[in-house]
Parts: sequence; C-alpha cells; structure tokens
Amino acid sequence: MDLVIARPEGLYCPPGDFYIDPWRQVERAVITHGHGDHARTGHAHYLAATPGEGILRKRLGADIDLLALDYGQTINHHGVKLSLHPAGHVLGSAQVRLEYKGEVWVASGDYKVEDDGTCTPFESVRCHTYITESTFGLPIYKWQPQNEIFADINQWWQANADNNRTSVLFCYAFGKAQRLLSGLNPSIGPILVHGAVEPLNRVYREAGVALPHTQYVGELQDTSQIRKSIVLAPPSAQGTSWMKRFGDYSDAFASGWMQLRGTRRRRGVDRGFIMSDHADWPGLQKAIQGSGAERVFVTHGQVHTMVRWLCEQGLDAQGFTTEYGEEEAEAEAHLPHDTSDAAGVSESPLTENVVSEGSPQQHIDKATV
Amino acid sequence: MRAFANLYARLDATTSSNAKLAALQDYFRAASADDAAWAVYFLSGGRPRQLVPTKLLRELTLRESGLPEWLFEESYQAVGDLAETMTLLLPETLHSSEEGLAVWVEQKLLPLRGLAPELLTMQLVPLLQQLDRRSQLVCIKLITGSFRVGVSRLLVTRALAAVAEVDAKRVAQRLVGYTDLSARPTATHYLKLVAPVNEDEDERLEGQPYPFFLAHPLQIPTDDFAAQIGSPDQWLVEWKWDGIRSQLVKRDGQLWVWSRGEELVTDRFPELNRLLDHIPDGTVIDGEIVVWKANAPYLETEETTRDSGWTDNCQLQPSALQNCVQPFALLQQRIGRKALTPKILENIPVVILAYDLLEWQGQDCRERPQWERRAQLEQVVATCGQPQLQISQLLTGESWQDLDRQREASRSLGVEGMMLKRKDARYGVGRTKDVGVWWKWKIDPYSIDAVLIYAQRGHGRRASLYTDYTFAVWDGAENILDRKLVPFAKAYSGLTDAEMREVDAIIRKTTVEKFGPVRSVTPSMVFELGFEGIALSTRHKSGIAVRFPRMLRWRQDKPVAEADTLETLRELLPQTSRQSKDDRTKTPDSKIESVNDTVSQTSPQDEVL
Ligand SMILES: [Zn+2]
Ligand SMILES: [Zn+2]
Repeated sequence: MDLVIARPEGLYCPPGDFYIDPWRQVERAVITHGHGDHARTGHAHYLAATPGEGILRKRLGADIDLLALDYGQTINHHGVKLSLHPAGHVLGSAQVRLEYKGEVWVASGDYKVEDDGTCTPFESVRCHTYITESTFGLPIYKWQPQNEIFADINQWWQANADNNRTSVLFCYAFGKAQRLLSGLNPSIGPILVHGAVEPLNRVYREAGVALPHTQYVGELQDTSQIRKSIVLAPPSAQGTSWMKRFGDYSDAFASGWMQLRGTRRRRGVDRGFIMSDHADWPGLQKAIQGSGAERVFVTHGQVHTMVRWLCEQGLDAQGFTTEYGEEEAEAEAHLPHDTSDAAGVSESPLTENVVSEGSPQQHIDKATV
Repeated sequence: MRAFANLYARLDATTSSNAKLAALQDYFRAASADDAAWAVYFLSGGRPRQLVPTKLLRELTLRESGLPEWLFEESYQAVGDLAETMTLLLPETLHSSEEGLAVWVEQKLLPLRGLAPELLTMQLVPLLQQLDRRSQLVCIKLITGSFRVGVSRLLVTRALAAVAEVDAKRVAQRLVGYTDLSARPTATHYLKLVAPVNEDEDERLEGQPYPFFLAHPLQIPTDDFAAQIGSPDQWLVEWKWDGIRSQLVKRDGQLWVWSRGEELVTDRFPELNRLLDHIPDGTVIDGEIVVWKANAPYLETEETTRDSGWTDNCQLQPSALQNCVQPFALLQQRIGRKALTPKILENIPVVILAYDLLEWQGQDCRERPQWERRAQLEQVVATCGQPQLQISQLLTGESWQDLDRQREASRSLGVEGMMLKRKDARYGVGRTKDVGVWWKWKIDPYSIDAVLIYAQRGHGRRASLYTDYTFAVWDGAENILDRKLVPFAKAYSGLTDAEMREVDAIIRKTTVEKFGPVRSVTPSMVFELGFEGIALSTRHKSGIAVRFPRMLRWRQDKPVAEADTLETLRELLPQTSRQSKDDRTKTPDSKIESVNDTVSQTSPQDEVL
C-alpha cells in the first residue's frame, strides 16, 4: 500500500488521513520545515519538529494549533506510526518517517547531509520508500566543505574592511543567514542585519544556537563603523534604495546557484559564494543510498533527471508533482511575514497516542528494515 | 597558470570597467614578462587555432566522470558552456600547478596540436589533473579556441598604459598587430609594449585622434522644436548613419583609423588605406564607416545581392546615395570575421562618410564654427576624389515639420533618423553641451504586441534561465474561430533581470512540451516588441521578417486574445521592402564602442557542441 500519494492539496497519507507540507488548506498538516513553500498558513492542525516550533509560530502565527514532536519521538495516528528525524536543512527541519503494517516510508522535505552547526545534522533513516527533493539534482553541483567557504567570506569581508567598503552579503533570511552568521569572524568588524533577518536570529538564539552579536540596521545608532561592517540582507534588498545607506559597498550572494558562472553573473554581484542548504549531487546520492530504499519518489527540482538516473541505478523511481518551489531561488525568497489568518483550532487530533520511544538512535535501529 | 585563471575569474565576475581595469593592472604588475606577453595576446583577442577537438573533450569527460551521455547533455544544457561543464564534471583534483601561463601554453598546450586522438587523450588527462578548477576552465577554453572574456582591447590598452605609465594612445599604437604576430608573443614583445617613451619614438603621437564629440537625444515633439532650438536654418541637418563612428587621421605620410572607443582599427579597414596619397598631412576627419555597395542597393542576405538596374555611380547621383549604404548587420558580419579575406573585402566593402573636420593643415580646428569646418571638409573630400571618402550630405527643409516628413524615409534608407548640428557650434569633448550641441533625432521603432510561445535557455551568463523567446501574432481577428498563433520573431533582449526571472518562472509552470533546450508554453504572456525593420520573407512561416526585434515591455495588462494579428504586422510593411532579413538583435543605443567587443556580440555562444 502507498503510504504517500500526490493529491491536489499536497502529499497525502491515506491510512493516516493527513498531509505532508500541503499547499492548499487542509485539516491536518505535517510540516517538514518553515520555508514558505513547505509551511503554509491556514491548516487546522499542524505537526512539526520541536526545534522548528519557534519559526513556525513566527511565520504562521503564534496561535496556530501545533503539536511539536521531538526528533525520534513517535506518535500513532490511525494506525500509522509517525516520527520526525533531522534533515539538516534549517533549524527544525525534519524527515517524516511513516510506518504502517510493516511498510516504512520516509518523506525528506528539503535536506542537506553536511553538518552546518546551526541545526541538528541529517540522519539517515532506513525505509522501503524514500521521497527525496532534487533541487540540485545534476552532477555539476558539488559543494566545498563549509569551513572553506567561511574562510573565503571572511577574507572578502576583511579585504573590503581594509579598503573602507561595506560588505553586503545577500542570503535567504531563514536558515542561510544564521548559518553564515555562525561562520563569520566578529573580530573583523560589526555584523549588521536587515529587518527580515534579525527576528529569525532571535528564534535561533532562543533555540540555543550560538550566533555572534548582530545589530539591526534600522536601529543602528553609531554609523561610524559601517564601512568596516558586513551586512546580511535578503536577495530582495538588492538594487533597492535601502542599499543607499552603505555608500560604496561590495556585494556578494551566497547560494548553491552560484556554482554556475552564468547565474553568478546574472545576479550582478561582485562575488558569489557557493553555499546551499540543499544536498548537492553526491549528497542526494548518499542520502538515497543510505535510506536503503528500493523505491524512490522525486519531488521539486531536477525531477526528470533524477528519476532517469535512479532508474538506471536499478531503483524503482518516479516523480511526484508538487507545488514546492522548483528552485531554491523561488522557494526561499519568501520572507517571514506576520500571519493572523491561521485557523485557531484548539483540538489536537494528531495527539492520539504520543509514545516516547527514547533516544532517536534507538528508534532508528528499530526502524531499520 | 593560476594567476591568469584568477584574473579570468575576476574579469568574468564583474561588469564594471573599473573593476576589470583594476584586475588587469594587478595582474600585469605581478606577472612575469613571459606570462604577460601571452596574457596580452589572449586578452586582446589573439587565438591560436583549436588544439583539441571538442568531440574528444566530451569523450574524455564522459570517461573520466563515468556519467552516461544523456546526463552529460543535461548538465551541459544547464551550464551552457562546454569548458565549464567539463570542469564541473571532471573528478576534483588536489593538485595545482605552479607553472605560469607561458610555460603552460608553450610547453604543454601547443605541443598537443596535431597529435593522434589516443595520444592526445593520454597526454591531456594528466595535464588537466595538474590544474585546479579555475585553471582547468581557462586551459580548456584556450585549447578549444573559445577563450573570450568581456574586456575590450581598449581596456587592455588602458591597463598596460597605467602599469607602464605611458599614454594609452601610445600603447594602442604599439599594440597594433600584436595579436597577428606570426611569431609567438615573447617577453621582448611585452617589454616593448610597456617600455618608457624613448627618444626614437616621436614626442608627438603621430596618429593621435581627438576625443569624440557625442550627440544628445532630442525627445520633444516636432512642433516644439522651433521654440526650443530655433529655426532649421540655424542647423546643419544630416542623416544619422548606422555604422561605426570613426576618425581618420592623416599625418606624416601615415594613416590611422580610430573607432569611437578610441581604439585603433586601421588594420580592420585596409581599403581606407587607399586614401593615403589623396589626403594631405595634418588632416583629421570625423565620420562614419559604413558598408557601401555602388550597384547593389537591394540586399537580401549576406551572400546574395541583386542587380536591380542601378548602374549609375552612386557618387554622381546624390539622391541614390542612401541606397548604397548597407545595413549595419552586414558591417557587423565583417567585424565578426577573424580574418579579412579578399572575398570579404570584395563583398563587404566600406567607405567613410565624412561629416566633420577636426584638423586641417596641421592645425586643430575644433574651435572654428561647425559651418566653417563643414565648408572646409567639403573641399577636402572633393579634392580627395576617392570613392572611399564620401561626404555625408546635408538635408534641407523649410520647417521642422518638413524635415520630419523627410525623416519618415529613414527606415527605407537604412538610417536611424537625423542629426542636427548647430551651425555655430564648436566641436566639444564627449557629451559636453557648453560649446555647441549635436542632437540625434531618431525615429521610433516599430512596435507590435506579440505572444510568447516558445522559450529557450540563454547562453553564457543566462544559461540557467529561459531568456530567448519566440513570439507569435494571431492569424485572424478576435472574432474568427480556430485562429492560430503564427511565430514571426525571436528576441532575447529588453527585459530587466528581475522580469527575466519572473518570466522564467512562468515558463517553467506553463510548459507544454520540451524539445531539447526549447520549451513550448501555454500562451499567457504578451510583450510589446520593437523592431527596426520589416520585410516580406519566404523563409518565415508568417511570411514576414523583422529586423532587430527586442522586447520593449511586458504587457501584463493585456490578455493573449488582444495581441496583434498578422494583418496589423503586414500593414507595417513598406511599399517596397528594402530591409535586410537579418533578425539578430541589436540594441540601437548600445552602438558599439569598441570594434573588438562586437566580436563577442556577434557570437553569443561560447561553443557549439
Ligand atoms: Zn527549504
Ligand atoms: Zn523545498
């Protein structure tokens, strides 16, 4: 039996009667992570991983009906055993493990396999069927280790500071920005952030992630050090009048798309730093192999390419049509916004049988198929 | 090699001329003369013939990466550049050769030429393994003859001038013929380029041009002209030619031709050298280089010219003058050629249309009024008597309205409108207005609302986006059942980067079918297309070909059903079509500043597999 099928509302689990990251309003939604194309407003009941609770409430409304599940903790809903496991994508991102009548499916949401230090690292979960993203599903995408990229960024910042030029680094406000912050060297100069970034920093700090001191540009009192500073801003700030305050600045963009010269130049920034919160080609292969799945569904990104490749590797692969952003650029460009229209229902239908299954590691051993 | 690769990366990463200049200077300051000699050669357009066939490189990449061919193809489609695709797919190497560009080119790459395929592969793989990714990219581009980077020869000249602390125009003169060296560029060659000025070199720069005086657009209604700029009799009026703005300098028994970017282009136009003995020393003429055909006013494509009964010498018949000037696209074809063969010189001959005199009898005459310079110029041209030097004729009209009516002929004459030069104006510097003014009074482009029906990925920097579109109009009015969309034009310029991303996203969402790199989409987007010319065509389904089409704006307000029809398009056809059918785009305002830059404009693709 298929534990997940594609419906107009989103990916749906028939025996459990709930959706995973649905794009239309539904009764019960399991949310893999807080990016705009995965976490949408208006569902009656939400279920997500505990570390992501702060983000979801910030983005979808403080009063959403949300059940937070620790990684590895299992609940039983209509006979489907459901648990969440770290996806390593952003704070609180999870892979959804479903078990029903001996059949195990894992929906990965978005993931990356490298440990970035700002969220729980990706864990491989064994399953029969794996639902994977494919944002960077071409062999041309291969990431360097992040410490090398941080070294490049700090070097760029230092060189600009030496020349009295502000460094403006464009990045997605949720996830990428905090990851970058964690790698900046605060001894070079002040770290300033755009108004879209600071609220999310607060959420990360509250979740216990160590980030260097940041100042919100809008509240900056002392502007004397502005030319020594680095500014983190969402891509949407590029080319707006907001940038004028920095005078003669150098700009850069941090994204996996910067891998290609063409995209880098089209962005019109001085530097492109290749850093993604999605798995690169080797990462995708590693995750799929690690799941041990024989059947693979591919969602947003390079669906056709990945399906053909996996079939040639002897797997039973097919595509799922979803409305997740076809590309990171679209998917993650949405900025956090205040939402008051989230349905306020007090009941928690996903709380039928909350079972604590001990440590995540134990759980995974049990789930091994 | 790494230093040169880093230079390439810096040049490639920016569109700012100042940043490029800084990168070039940094490189030349640090490089050895051997390496710099080759760098100047490659950067100013020198290209050795292809050393390794692309087919072999593809095979090598497939074998080394272990990928199936289709996945290689998909990757190449996404990247849009063969060398870059290869460097991304080849296994990562940890090595990085310390040897410089000269060693690499002379000892490792040039010896590959002519090797048998197996031997070539055997030698090339270990070579590539010695290079980091950036250097690999540059190396592959060098051996495939596809090395191009967005710097003009002028910029290289300026960088060398700054490093050598020598005037840029002098460096430009020293650079003449550098890339045509039959010998390999050597340290000695380079050191001559950047040497301090010595006694042997004349103190005065023999061939130095004057800074060009540039025109301003005139964008007011014709009826306001009289009030704003006075009556037509205060002005010299000429056609605005669609060619290459140039200065012809004749001094000390030598002739130099400079383009508007102050780039020395003498060797690009050898036929102008015939003027050498017919223009006195101490003469500088400002004018436009155009393609000129005395007996072929009707032009179909680059290879076909039709005899339409014009047998008179155009020179003797002023009314036929414009018919001898050929479309800019043809000139662009000639500039795009690496070598000027006798056939090209015969098929695409140029002349210079003179419109100003900047120096006469060795005296700078830019301070003399326009009318005086013009009178003197007419004498110079008449005395010269060579077909390669023509005068840009004056136009007269009793009123601005009258001139406006004459201006309507611009399209059929292949000109961009008119130039208005104040009779008492001095010749200024650049875009100054203080000593006089030149106005360009351009014609509006044609425009039509068309529907986007196919999209193709761009090339180079736009390779990951769908940026090249095919547009269609309806073959019947809105009330006609079963009317169809007929494609008639392709365009890829005119949108902002943000619009391009938005359109790209819609294309991906509305794709009906994919054919290789092309997608057909459900028609949903209407664009106002502008173009410079329109003609009947048997090669196009629509029966119509337009020239230089580009997107003027995205009509998000307009539903597809309200796009224009073939009938509307046909109504724009001139009575007798004299347009070239070349449908490549050219943004009219980005008139070439540098002749070498056009080389890359005319070949948007880095490689074709
Ligand atoms: Zn995401
Ligand atoms: Zn996603």
